Parts: sequence; structure tokens; C-alpha cells
Amino acid sequence: MSSLVSDKPKAEPARAYDGPPDYRVVGQHGMYPQLSHDEISRFNFLAHMNRHLSTQIMPGVKEAFDARVEPKFVAKHGRGFKDRHEVRKALLKDSLFQWWSALRRATMETRQQAGRWVTLRQADQLNAKAKALTENDQRLKLNPELPLPRYVEAIDHHCMPGSYHTELAEGDVTGPCNYDIGIFATTGGMLGRYNDGGGQAIAAWVKETLPDLKPKRILDIGAGLGHNVLPIAQAFPDAEVVAIDVGAPMLRYGLARAKTMGVDNISFVQGDVSDLSDLADESFDMIHSCMFLHETSYASMPKIFAETHRLLKPGGIVFHVEQPQYTPEMPLFEQAMRDWDAFYNNEPFWTKMHEVDLDSWMVSAGFARDKLMHSGVAAVVDPDVFPQAAQDTKQEDYGRKAAWHVVGAVK
Amino acid sequence: MSKIDPLALAGAKSKGKRPYFLETDVERLTNIVLVLAQELAVVRERTDTMERLLEQSGVLTRQEIETFTPTKQQADERGAWTQEYLARVFRVLQQEREALQTQEASSEEVADELAKV
Repeated sequence: MSSLVSDKPKAEPARAYDGPPDYRVVGQHGMYPQLSHDEISRFNFLAHMNRHLSTQIMPGVKEAFDARVEPKFVAKHGRGFKDRHEVRKALLKDSLFQWWSALRRATMETRQQAGRWVTLRQADQLNAKAKALTENDQRLKLNPELPLPRYVEAIDHHCMPGSYHTELAEGDVTGPCNYDIGIFATTGGMLGRYNDGGGQAIAAWVKETLPDLKPKRILDIGAGLGHNVLPIAQAFPDAEVVAIDVGAPMLRYGLARAKTMGVDNISFVQGDVSDLSDLADESFDMIHSCMFLHETSYASMPKIFAETHRLLKPGGIVFHVEQPQYTPEMPLFEQAMRDWDAFYNNEPFWTKMHEVDLDSWMVSAGFARDKLMHSGVAAVVDPDVFPQAAQDTKQEDYGRKAAWHVVGAVK
Repeated sequence: MSKIDPLALAGAKSKGKRPYFLETDVERLTNIVLVLAQELAVVRERTDTMERLLEQSGVLTRQEIETFTPTKQQADERGAWTQEYLARVFRVLQQEREALQTQEASSEEVADELAKV
């Protein structure tokens, strides 16, 4: 028998591995559900599927665009594309774009089912755990009377059934828990152990950009389950942090999750960020949003900017983290590809938000043009375990890459 | 028992009309195949875990698996299983072929015939 065991060193792998890590590197905070071997394998498969789509199939869409979509359009119309919508509509007729899109949509829906299975099969336990952690805790401030903004009610963002607000049972947290555990699969592990690569990047950026800033009060608008505000609260442990969101399940889960991670300086408040009249003028030193504005509307954005101006102390800083705007310098193909999530992954306002001049909107809200600031940040993760967005030149996942633009202002 | 039924709710539709990029039936089938591919990966990973644990506990080595040669009888048993498996998978084509050999009435036609007085 032993003769079958080779004494020779193991053969070199056929190629160096550069894919996502095993799902088990994801941080197990106290609100984490139980995951079976098979459930973990599903997330491993889906992380790989997303990376395969972005690194192996999506580049073919550009090749098909150059080789046949654009030439065909030019031959037919005697001119080039005039805007990104013409590009998208031409792409929709191309088989490679169709197959990539069909698989990308299918992968997203499969990811939702995989995560919902995990959380719904243990809903009672998860909800009981959240209740025990949040009951009578003054840092959770829910408002059941709050009307749902149309931009939340109209569609379930990123194909997440029930979106941020639906409660399947009293005190339900299964929605945010599903969101939390599946981010690894959607991003191929790009956001790190606690899905906080964005928040880590923001915290590092603030400390580097404004080394003297010692904020006493911080406001996160559209905080969701708080995965990005935690690193900021940890970076400023003496600050009082207020995280606002419209979805009660998110806030409930957010507080429970934060507590099990030992972060105690955040209040989770249910509110519509276009009207924060419960909060006093000039009561915050720092206000920010992370990948939030694209899920709002033109009607609410000016109100949001105006509220941030009102709430900010003189000398305080506001900033919004988003994917880059569609400027004339951005190729129309890239704009059309970035619009994919808007039209095909239930992110309707994405396309509209990315075409406006955010600077002008900030100025209209009262910020001085010479006090505006722009920057770029990439997800900060543990590089021994996770792929790093800043170094990842292999994939440009149009709109999903873990690298963002920052637009902000000092009041 | 929980009021929440995961079997009914895990695969719930998200709000918003679904886009289709391919012929609808082709895209439906693509979605089904993707999930089968996922479940194959799930089984593959479970087998891999099992092999590594068995090796770790000294029950067998993966090298033994790689160099395993079935005896004649084992090979026949495995071959028979594969034949049975393929016959199940491609039942519809077998029946298509059988249908070529005959001219048969449909159930609806037989019903009409049987209703004649």
C-alpha cells in the first residue's frame, strides 16, 4: 500500500491560484447564522461564478462590441453612438452580451436564494438572538409610522427579495442577515472579512486627508446594516455615531451585529434622510454616505444635501462614496456597461444619479465651491487572505469593483 | 414550528419586472442549468472534504483513489450503473425513437373514439 504513496515532492500546480479565498475566512460575528458545509460550498461556487463572469466572459463583451456591435451600428446609421443608451440597446442584440447578462442575472438570483435559504431556515433563532441583543437598548430607535420612500418601495434593490424593509415576522432580521452573508459571493471576497472594505477605506482616507479632525458626532446616512460605519466608529472610538436607515430590520440587525463585535458607540435610527428634523442644526462634525445616493431619487437628493448642510457644524466635513460619475471623458461603452445594474439588477436610479454634476448639487445645497473635495478610495482588506481591489487589474467589473470615488465638502 | 417556510420563501421573486436577454425558454433552462452546476460544485466540494478527512485520519490516501483500478466485477458493476444512469437521463430520446416505429393515436383522439356511441 505504501508503495502507492509518492515520496516525491508534490507536482507544481498547473497555474498559480488567484481566485477568491474559501468562504470560511468570512468573519463570524455573534449574529452570524449557522452555515452547513453545502451552504458554504454554494457561496464558494457563487463567488467563483461572479469572478468568472467578470474576468473571463465580460472582456468578451468589449471584444464583441469592438468587432461587430459598433461596426454594425456605424454601417447602418452612418455615424457613431450618440449616447450610452444607444450603446446599450445595440449590445442587447449581441449574443455574447445576452449570454453574459443572462448568466449575471441568474447568478444574482441564485445568490439570493442560497442566502435566503440559510437565514429563513433558522429565522426564529436569528430573530430571537437579535431581540435579546437589542431589547430595551436605547441605541435602537425605530419609527413604525415612517412612510417608505418611493425609491425603496418601488423595487427590490439588487434583486434582494423584500429589500431593506420587509419583515416576514415580528422583529425580523433575516433580510439583512442574508445581505450580510452573501456580499462575499457577490464581490468574490473583495470587501474583506466583515464586508467592511469600504468603511475601512473611508476611515483611512479621513485620517489621511484630515489628520486633525477629531469628530465628536458622526452621522452615516443610508447606513443599511452598518457594515461600513463600524470601521469608522472604531477609528473614532470617542465619537458618538448615528446611523440612519429607512429599514427597521437593517437597524435591528445592525445594532445586534455591532454589539457582538464590541462596537458600542453607534445608535441605529430609523429615518428618511431627506427629512432629519429630529436632529439639531449644526450637531455633527462629520456626515457621510457609502454607496447610498444611487439608491435615492432626484426629488430626495437636494433635500439630502440640504439636510447634511444644515446638520453640519462649521468646519465639519461631509462626503459621499460612490462609483464614478458619467463624465464626457468616460467612454460610452463603459457608461453603458456601468448602467447594467441600473436596468438589469434593480438599481433604477443608478443610471440617473451617475449622470448629474454632483458638485453643482452640493453648491446648490449651500456648500462653497472652493470647499468641495474629490478623491478615490479602494477597499482596504487583509491582503494575506483577500483579493485587493487596488491591485486587481484583471477585472473591471463595471460598477461592482471595490474601488470608489469620493465627493465631499468642508462647511 | 416556525411560521416562515424557507422552501416557499427562499426562492421568492424580487419586486420589479424581470428582464430576459435570451429566448425566454432558453433563459429559463440556463437558470436551471446554473443551479445544477452549483449543486455539482457543492457535491464535489463535499467529496473533496471527505477525501481529505479520510486521508488525515489515516483511512486512505488520495493517491490510492487516483491509482484505484477496479476488478473486472467492480468495473462491470460500475459500467452497469452508468448505463442505467444514461438510460434515465435520455429517456425522452429513447421514447422518441420508439415512436418512430409506430403510428399511434393521441389520448385525446382515443377519448373521442371511446365517446362514440
